[in-house]
Amino acid sequence: MTTKSQALLNWIDERFPLTATWKAHLSEYYAPKNFNFWYFFGSLALLVLVIQIVTGIFLVMHYKPDGTLNDAGISIAFASVEYIMREVPGGWLIRYLHSTGASAFFVVVYLHMFRGLLYGSYRKPRELLWILGTLIFLVLMAEAFMGYLLPWGQMSYWGAQVIINLFSAIPFIGPDLALIIRGDFVVSDATLNRFFSLHVIAVPLVLIALVFAHIVALHEVGSNNPDGVEIKKKKDANGIPLDGIPFHPYYTVKDIVGVVGFLFFFSAVVFFAPEFGGYFLEYNNFIPADPLKTPPHIAPVWYFTPFYSVLRAVTYPLFGIDAKFWGVVAMGASVVIIAFLPWLDRSPVKSIRYRGPIFKAALVIFVISFFVLGYLGVLAPTPGRTLAAQIFSVLYFAFFLLMPWYSKIDKCKPEPERVNFK
Amino acid sequence: MDSSRRTLLVATSAAGGVAAVATAVPFVASLTPSERAKAAGAPVEVDISQLAPGEMMTVEWRGKPVWILRRTPEMLATLEVTESRVSDPDSREPMQPEYARNKYRSIKPEYLVVVGICTHLGCSPTDKFRPGVESGLGADWPGGFLCPCHGSFFDLSARVYRSMPAPTNLEVPPHMYLTETTLLVGEDGKA
Amino acid sequence: MRIDVIKTLKRLAAVALLAPTLAFSAEVALNLDKAPVSRDPVALQNGAKLFVNYCLNCHSASFVRYNTLEQIGLDEQQIRDNLLFTGERVGDLMKIAMRPAESKVWFGTAPPDLALVARQRASGYGSGADWLYTYLRQFYRDPERPSGFNNVVFENVGMPHVFWELQGDQIAHVTENPDGTKNYRLELAKPGKLSPEAYDKAVADLVSFMVWMAEPVAAKRETIGMYVLIFLAGLFVLTYALKKNYWKDIH
Repeated sequence: MTTKSQALLNWIDERFPLTATWKAHLSEYYAPKNFNFWYFFGSLALLVLVIQIVTGIFLVMHYKPDGTLNDAGISIAFASVEYIMREVPGGWLIRYLHSTGASAFFVVVYLHMFRGLLYGSYRKPRELLWILGTLIFLVLMAEAFMGYLLPWGQMSYWGAQVIINLFSAIPFIGPDLALIIRGDFVVSDATLNRFFSLHVIAVPLVLIALVFAHIVALHEVGSNNPDGVEIKKKKDANGIPLDGIPFHPYYTVKDIVGVVGFLFFFSAVVFFAPEFGGYFLEYNNFIPADPLKTPPHIAPVWYFTPFYSVLRAVTYPLFGIDAKFWGVVAMGASVVIIAFLPWLDRSPVKSIRYRGPIFKAALVIFVISFFVLGYLGVLAPTPGRTLAAQIFSVLYFAFFLLMPWYSKIDKCKPEPERVNFK
Repeated sequence: MDSSRRTLLVATSAAGGVAAVATAVPFVASLTPSERAKAAGAPVEVDISQLAPGEMMTVEWRGKPVWILRRTPEMLATLEVTESRVSDPDSREPMQPEYARNKYRSIKPEYLVVVGICTHLGCSPTDKFRPGVESGLGADWPGGFLCPCHGSFFDLSARVYRSMPAPTNLEVPPHMYLTETTLLVGEDGKA
Repeated sequence: MRIDVIKTLKRLAAVALLAPTLAFSAEVALNLDKAPVSRDPVALQNGAKLFVNYCLNCHSASFVRYNTLEQIGLDEQQIRDNLLFTGERVGDLMKIAMRPAESKVWFGTAPPDLALVARQRASGYGSGADWLYTYLRQFYRDPERPSGFNNVVFENVGMPHVFWELQGDQIAHVTENPDGTKNYRLELAKPGKLSPEAYDKAVADLVSFMVWMAEPVAAKRETIGMYVLIFLAGLFVLTYALKKNYWKDIH
């Protein structure tokens, strides 16, 4: 480095911990060297967050959160989305990046969470990291839900109508709460405007703060790894973990490979299948919102359907309160219960590599339940499907609630001293 | 650092730079005028048959005021007077199509067609057609335009006076006569 | 233990495989013909002409500007001469004079804006193009309907059969299945101006145009996409080689 730039760096370092931060979080932050495929999804989630924020900023420049009708009888909000798609140069690409990004966010986050399940990343000392992650997931769901109203199509409108009405199931305060969320007696222009505000300002701020905290917490405790052993237990004379390597350059170059690979599939969707068969952009959402006409079948976007199925699976009233309320409780619980994993898991080992057959079977059943619930949530309910949703909801919850028992009695293999790396 | 690593680093960085620039294209493009803006900026047909000598009308083209001033012979005569006071009497600056590069800055001397936006900071000047003391601009004011924001003077060919905040003459938009009394602003059949 | 797991998995798989067959049983099944959608400019231009002449009187396409048709190979003069009738400018949107509220009185429902119809009508049964292609060819005589026509895929449709002169009169032979659903067999009772093949081709052109209109950028999107994917594949090779090079240090 030339002396001049060295002098500039010194000048900055005396006033701001630039070099120190670089070292602490990149060049001298030691990560386990045995990360595998599953460890790409953290950095990819960050990438998608950036994509969503940047494309979002540009969309806001052209989008109009206005539910009133233009002279062709189409709501201004809906028309402004088509305006972006047709009239704004490059607008179609920015919009498809954002709409595909929303689904990609959930794909990446679900895989990121599944990695946690595989390798016990939520176990001590990473409980808080996991809870922060669960909060990010919750906030992300709110963000996605509010964003989905903005195109003001039929699915936007009726999806919001149904989900907001869930809140009215809460005893005593429910109906007033739903009214406060909508700001009207039905989903209307008032709802659209507040969802717009929350979607573009409030929730992203919270999301970014949580993501920051998530990374701070991660760098405090250090990453787990596919073997689930703590690399900090074995250090060399300089205090550097024997199985650790500097994040930069080794994991930066590796994550870039992941980023390019991800962008390949992401672009394939954006350029060749932006509707993704009606899953990323639902067909009915190309019809402008009509408050007088519900589409024959409304389903939430795919990333909400597993939880939506849990909601619909509850059909029995309990303790004198109707089933609707308990459905909402069950749906809420199905998300929140994820945060309790650190205390539900009593296994002596973290990683799936050393777990016994019971946990492996439980995980397989859980994943299948999640997919089946997700699939059922896309479909219109029938008695047969409701029964299936009930069975798989029970299996979903059983994975968590029985974990203290089955994770303890499972026959585990001994964990190694050091990570496996070839 | 070994040479193969250096080569790879340079190659990857270069490719990444290309990707970054390519990615920026749609985002920057989205800041440019949309199809709607372009459609709104389509040429405007103006009927000038009702315009009396000495009067000015304003039409909107691309959201900007376009003045059409029908100059009287007296008004045209003032251009000889201002010739020595304006900074660019021969319209050397490219503020007009080639066919309006003359003393009158117009196709027909009688009609001045000009974008009524000051070349300084974009205010719209006001007309001060009355010459002399009455104008409030001194006894030797021959008639012209005054920008209210920063006080630039323009003559009746919209040429800016010397030592004014405005750097150049007002812009003459592309225009053409469809008939004797219909003017098309925004297109001259040459583009 | 292991056998139990496998058994459970098999059972679950069975349920999962069964589920799709249940998928659409709750709704009325649609039998759609595959639309021969084309991007050929000649077909699109013919479709545009049919659209402007037959559809644009009652339906708007309020997101589409006439001059967007330059993308399907028409020039400004052709658009002016062939497609503009009532003093619109080439930069205007395809709006109609009919007010939505008035048309609601006339037809019972406001004729929907058609700009996006090819995307709206997609479903599990087929693409939006398939639906349109089937719908526009399956009008049949029904004296009980105000317009004199009914439709197989859109029962009791409010829209009259605007292509009646071209297609001619079809009559429906309806048979009822044991489960209550109906089978339609359409027969051309009185030929129209066009032969059935020529009519199908005309509808195909119109549908192709509507597909284009629903997303004019589609072809460009796919072209750009090809370049993007090729570039990313190359970049992947580079970044992978770079990673391999760095990780030599670790191995």
